[in-house]
Amino acid sequence: MAIDTKKCVGCSDCVVACQTENNVPHGYCRDWIVENVSGTYPVMELEFRSERCNHCDNAPCVRCCPTGASHIAQGGIVLVTHDECIGCGACIESCPYDARYPHPDGYVDKCTFCIHRVEKGQNPACVDVCPTNCLHFGDLDDPNSDVSVAMRDRKWKVLAPEAGTKPQLYFLT
Amino acid sequence: MKTRRQFIKITSAGAGAAALGLHSLKVKGLSLFGDENQQEPVSDENMTATPTYCEVCFWKCAGWTYVDKKGNVRKVIGNKEDPHCNGRLCPRGTGGVGMYNDEDRLKTPLIREVDKNGYQYFRKASWEEALDLVASKMNKLRMEHGPECLALFSHGTGGALLSHLVKAYGSPNITAPSFAQCRGPREVGFTATFGEGVLSPERTDIRDTKCLVLIGSHIGENMHNGQIQEMSQALDNGATIITVDPRFSTAAAHSKYWLPIKPATDIALLLAWMNVIIEEKLYDEAYLNKYTYGFDELKAHVKNKTPEWAYGITTIEPEVIRRTAREMAEASPSVIVHPGRHVTWYGDDTQRSRAIAILNALLGSWGRRGGFYNPEKVHLPKYPHPPYPKPRRSWRDAFPKNKYNLVTEVLSTGICDATIPNPNMECHLRGWIVYGTNLMASLPEQKKTLEAINHLDFLVVIDTMPMDITGYADVVLPECTYLERYDPIRTSPHREPYLALRMPAVEPKYDTKPGWWITKQLAHRLGLDDYFKWDNIEELLDWQLKQVGSSLEEMKRIGVKKFPREYKDLYNLQDLPDYEFNTNTGKIELYATELEAEGFDPLPNYTHHPEPPEGYYRLNYGRAPMHTFSRTINNHNLWDLKNENKVWVNPKVADLWELKNGQKVWLKNQDGIISSFPVKVRVTERIRWDSVYLVHGFGQTNKKLTRAFGRGASDSELISKIYEDPIMGGTGMRSNFVTFLKENPRKNREEVKA
Repeated sequence: MAIDTKKCVGCSDCVVACQTENNVPHGYCRDWIVENVSGTYPVMELEFRSERCNHCDNAPCVRCCPTGASHIAQGGIVLVTHDECIGCGACIESCPYDARYPHPDGYVDKCTFCIHRVEKGQNPACVDVCPTNCLHFGDLDDPNSDVSVAMRDRKWKVLAPEAGTKPQLYFLT
Repeated sequence: MKTRRQFIKITSAGAGAAALGLHSLKVKGLSLFGDENQQEPVSDENMTATPTYCEVCFWKCAGWTYVDKKGNVRKVIGNKEDPHCNGRLCPRGTGGVGMYNDEDRLKTPLIREVDKNGYQYFRKASWEEALDLVASKMNKLRMEHGPECLALFSHGTGGALLSHLVKAYGSPNITAPSFAQCRGPREVGFTATFGEGVLSPERTDIRDTKCLVLIGSHIGENMHNGQIQEMSQALDNGATIITVDPRFSTAAAHSKYWLPIKPATDIALLLAWMNVIIEEKLYDEAYLNKYTYGFDELKAHVKNKTPEWAYGITTIEPEVIRRTAREMAEASPSVIVHPGRHVTWYGDDTQRSRAIAILNALLGSWGRRGGFYNPEKVHLPKYPHPPYPKPRRSWRDAFPKNKYNLVTEVLSTGICDATIPNPNMECHLRGWIVYGTNLMASLPEQKKTLEAINHLDFLVVIDTMPMDITGYADVVLPECTYLERYDPIRTSPHREPYLALRMPAVEPKYDTKPGWWITKQLAHRLGLDDYFKWDNIEELLDWQLKQVGSSLEEMKRIGVKKFPREYKDLYNLQDLPDYEFNTNTGKIELYATELEAEGFDPLPNYTHHPEPPEGYYRLNYGRAPMHTFSRTINNHNLWDLKNENKVWVNPKVADLWELKNGQKVWLKNQDGIISSFPVKVRVTERIRWDSVYLVHGFGQTNKKLTRAFGRGASDSELISKIYEDPIMGGTGMRSNFVTFLKENPRKNREEVKA
């Protein structure tokens, strides 16, 4: 997924769309907005970032999961099988992005890239709802996918590259 | 003055409603206590989708309500065919389910009672009893004082039928805060210039613009969906954005130029821009020659309004003023100097809107691609009814003759004035119906609003939530939410005419009813059945739709229907055809003859506005993208996103006052009014040192709003001083000043009480 920080207005529509699509309980979220202000009045910059699980290629949450509940599904999406999760929380501690939360029903929950929609050829709910159209999703190996097209000719960064997790969220700057 | 009307917190509910509350937890989709695997998402194919359009704000985006097989409302998704949203609702629309699920909703009609000790309380009532009571009060008012003594405050779609009822009843006093507290100045200012207003949704062609100039308009924080989407498209297309704002707004952050203007000096900047455009001959000469009136007068008027002159007033460097003026001219005619929406700031707001309109005329953007398009809408015929009775009096009688000749809508604050007895009036207003607007937050000068309320014989409030205003009502009628009801068809001006249908996705929860049903029931009791000759709203909607070649059956299937334009003139002045404007001269009036005839400045002037006294800061207020006014704060989905406001304070000011991030303070304004609740400080470079900033809508005082109560500070209660726009009666609200109280100012009083 690529997130265009030059367009995001930080409205949090992605957060509430995820909440209703995935029944995320009140008080928790699978995606969230970060507001980053720098500079001194009146020479300033402001960046909004819609953040979520980075679906890392080298995912520490998967490596440290004692039951195998956390796994990488086909296509690279990192998932938690709720029935297999014992709620130990090791994955929560291992994630450099703080992308997981303990669901009140006893398992660990996180962004699934709306796999139930992706399997049907739809976009994740956050992507389809964004009023500024700043979220782009698709297969990074396909040069014509929405995400590849959005990243073409643009500078980007990933978060916490030093963690070595090979994150798959790209922030266009 | 009667002082009987104490604020009642809605507590009637008792055991019955508490049980209903638990029931609601069980049926709602997001329950934590329900079935196993509650969290598993339900695929769209396993749900039914019914058309609606959103009622969380006035943008009214069309969408689909998804209901699962158990009858839970799961989500609301935008309708892809709708140009208001293009399939993408904003956070408030997406969170609309929270309005339906809110366990704090009004659940039953309520009637004010007084016990033998003088204690006032609300008693639960049946619809029959509550409607009988309202109708009997309305009948009594009509007989004893005349129907013109009734006023309706209405905001929202359901108010249309209620307005029809009030007209049939015989009163002209139908108002909404959206004129005198919001967009009125721009409509009057643009009409004085172009002979037409800006309308809603705004006719700004942001999609195709090359340069967008925002003056205090914080698109991205105000979530006017179509405009956000188009601004994003314009950014993709490489458009230049110029934002004028004393605060580093979201829009400012996305702009090529941010002009951090000193508050209350915008007209000086606008005049200097005109000066540059005229002196450097950057204007659209052919357009000006063909369409405008008063160029020479304007030229002489702005001759010495140089960027150097404006620098001393606005603090914007002359070179920046010149460079931005040239950028606008470069883009001309695909340039928009945006008229804004909430523009009642300093009392000379019509003149500021005039200056914006003139600048657009100089740049030739009105009627041109990338500027202002010429909208069209579907005209739905009204269901046949007898003519309305002719009112003999109106709210205007409270004011000197000719005072508001250019006022095109009823002033909400004027209604308050006309409710306070006045020797000029044969009869002051004695009854109010308030539909879907929380007057305690939407009107400034709460003291005056309360004084007016205290002079009423009766106050009826129709709402879905126990907003602050409901506490002052004699009768509260609980409406069901927009997801549970039909409403009139949405028809709004746009590039292409569109209709949208709202229909119920589920049965109304609790003992709530749709606005149309309430209205029709009242009409029957008032003997006004002739004005409502349809049996139910489906019959009305179907009849109306059939007049324009659709039907209810079709609209139920598609939700939104596009109609061809009647005239092929979306950009009606693109190639400079002959055109007559609806003004006195038939031209675009740079020099406004209409204003001159009424004794107002025909060309806008900069006037100096009050400055904060020592130790005080200008109170600026605005919007957060996830909330609409005060009405969404209690919505659980949206409350999750933002559950309090904070007072923004520049770090220099914070140092001076030794304020820390997150510290709670009380705000006190220039009139000694102290915020009801403390508010947390946000120390941020995003605000100037002479101002503070609050997001509007927070600091609600009704405990029955269990989430919203007491969260943050209310800007409305601190706006006790207004500067009236003499042209259109708007209430300038941005010259209120606040200071910080670090200790609880009410602590001592509470101790005494204890």
